[in-house]
Amino acid sequence: MKLKLKLTSIVLGAVMATGPALADLVLPMLSYRTGAYAVNGIPFADGYNDYLTLMNERDGGIGGVKIDIRECETGYNTEKGVECYESLKGTGALIFSPLSTGITYQLIPKATVDGTNIHSMGYGRTSAKNGKVFRNVFNYPANYWDGASIAVKHIMDQEGGDLKGKKITLLYHNSGYGKEPIRTLQELAKKHGFEYKGIAVDHPGQEQKSQWLQIRQQRPDYVLMWGWGVMNQVAIQEAANVRFPMDKFIGIWWSASENDTVPAGAGAHGYKGLALHGSGMGYPMYADMQKYVVDAGKAAGAGDQVGTVLYSRGMYNAFLAVEAIKTAQKLAGVGDVNAAQVRDGMEALNITEETMAAAGLPGFAPPFSVSCENHGGPGLGMVSQWDADAQKWSLITGLIASDMDVIQPLIDADSAAFAAEAGITPGCG
Amino acid sequence: MPDQVLFAAEVMLNGLMAGVLYSLVALGFVLIFKASGIFNYAQGVMALFAALTLVGIMDGQVPFSHLINAIFGTNIHHFGWHTPALLAIILTVMVMVLFAWLVQKFIFRHLVNQEPIILFMATIGLAYFLEGVGDLMWGSDIKKLDVGIPKGINETIDSLTYNAFGYGFFIDNLDIFATFVAVILVAILVCFSQYTKQGRALRAVADDHQAALSVGISLSYIWILVWSIAGFVALVAGTIWGAKSGVQFSLSLIALKALPVLMLGGFTSIPGAIIGGLIIGVGEKLFEFLVGPWIGGATENWFAYVLALLFLVFRPQGLFGEKIIERV
Repeated sequence: MKLKLKLTSIVLGAVMATGPALADLVLPMLSYRTGAYAVNGIPFADGYNDYLTLMNERDGGIGGVKIDIRECETGYNTEKGVECYESLKGTGALIFSPLSTGITYQLIPKATVDGTNIHSMGYGRTSAKNGKVFRNVFNYPANYWDGASIAVKHIMDQEGGDLKGKKITLLYHNSGYGKEPIRTLQELAKKHGFEYKGIAVDHPGQEQKSQWLQIRQQRPDYVLMWGWGVMNQVAIQEAANVRFPMDKFIGIWWSASENDTVPAGAGAHGYKGLALHGSGMGYPMYADMQKYVVDAGKAAGAGDQVGTVLYSRGMYNAFLAVEAIKTAQKLAGVGDVNAAQVRDGMEALNITEETMAAAGLPGFAPPFSVSCENHGGPGLGMVSQWDADAQKWSLITGLIASDMDVIQPLIDADSAAFAAEAGITPGCG
Repeated sequence: MPDQVLFAAEVMLNGLMAGVLYSLVALGFVLIFKASGIFNYAQGVMALFAALTLVGIMDGQVPFSHLINAIFGTNIHHFGWHTPALLAIILTVMVMVLFAWLVQKFIFRHLVNQEPIILFMATIGLAYFLEGVGDLMWGSDIKKLDVGIPKGINETIDSLTYNAFGYGFFIDNLDIFATFVAVILVAILVCFSQYTKQGRALRAVADDHQAALSVGISLSYIWILVWSIAGFVALVAGTIWGAKSGVQFSLSLIALKALPVLMLGGFTSIPGAIIGGLIIGVGEKLFEFLVGPWIGGATENWFAYVLALLFLVFRPQGLFGEKIIERV
């Protein structure tokens, strides 16, 4: 009997120790610090964690309530990502950031049933922009179809507004992520009269000789890339090898970080990539980050990724989560908000220039607001270019808006298909 | 000549070059399997670990710096010097020899006479352990590897073929370099195996462990030797693949490219690894070029295995593998 009591108290103690403190705001982070894609997963996870740590250390959490960061390793593996979700959904998790389109696709039906929130920032299922169907899924501030459209608009700008007869090739990761922009590019090709061709690269993308020989033989005018991990580095190196003009090679925002360009050395000079936000250390927030997080020895990683593109993206993702929780706290009138209240906060999110400046990030990203009809934000992006001599990315355009005339019908069709499949009656409120 | 024929010829040449790169990885597997009957699942991770160590030594990186800093609150990352490539390669070879000794002392010495599946499982554990150690030791960030290997289009071949056919062939200088390295490596391995005392001992162990032991050959010594050589081959493969893509953890997945090569060439033949690599390289590249566009592309990963399986139907031991008949 005594042994039974002891065992029960040990089990209860363990459960209480692993569960969240009652007044904590639980923010899960589905990260990958191991495996083939760790190179890109680490800086993102560091940025996400460090910003939340800054909130805890400097501001005592959000609205006086501490944040409980729950990092779970997925290895960029969809099955592991789902396991992470299942193990964390009962902890009072407020917003899941899967950092994988494959994982996001698997979690969307679950989140809809469980009432948990997913924020797939700049990735995931594009039609989740339609909040009337995807009530718990948000993909602000931009999605892949925006990215495809922004890239094509930039190319049009380079070509004097006319793409008739031009050839644009998409080099894509042979996964849900890589295939996401195909439909949009096909529609854009019809509208603007360019010839579209897709070339797939299998995971992980270490060997791309066939693909680049095809590109060399077909001589496209531009190559767009939807790559991740080693695929990016190898593609940029192969492009340099076959002497493809680097200023006509444009990567989505997940193919445009320092990790992608540095290994190719001088050959990567001039390579372009889309950008959702700024990067570098030129923002006042970083002084606090240095003081409260890095110097205090509380950085998630070694502190050597601070200010890089992917670190900045992780930090921006965390910033948007924090602002959504603040909005939820205002709406609910309590600090200890739950997932349903945070969903309302995400839907009422309004990021202004003042919000960014107050967070020490003036001009870091465009202002935007979210609504029930639009969970995807404004769909704005910029184009950046790699300078191999200075070893840095520089923004070379202002904000470019996506072509909603093409994208909106695709979103409506895809979200209607999901609604029919899942038995959802679209609507707000 | 019609364009399609020229393009196919270019693809075939590049397939041969890619095949050499696959062979470099496959060689490490063959060496260990031949001498000890162990299918070394950790060979790809060994290539990664060797490349990480090479870059770390070249850059003067402090091993385990993150761990040291976390425990002692220090902030050290680099020694502040850069090691010349040749010296770094020699030091890395020494690390791989030390690794071979540790593997023999702490793992396989205790598993002598165990079933092959037990030995295979041990190498799976070793692979995960080594990947973790590599991460702790050198960090997970991507590292640029520059040991002076030439990269980019070979201008001579480009202009020669352009003058001959009106279309310049693309052959990567790195692939040409890898081919030379592979030829030299195979020549050294064959000479070592045929003409040195250690090589003969190695072959004796490969033929019959018990008989080799009975004439005084130290099994332990031979296994350390063969793991050291496999470590050196892993370093060569890791360096060449790392020069292509930067040194990062996906490098360990190059082992997947070696498996169909082994199935086709046989697990016990060094020439088989080379010929198998060439057949796989050419086969997968030509298939991707000719059939890929009709079926959505990205065929290389699976087609290599299909090709290997087709060969196995007619020759289960692989092209050059030994036919083993066990009498019951």
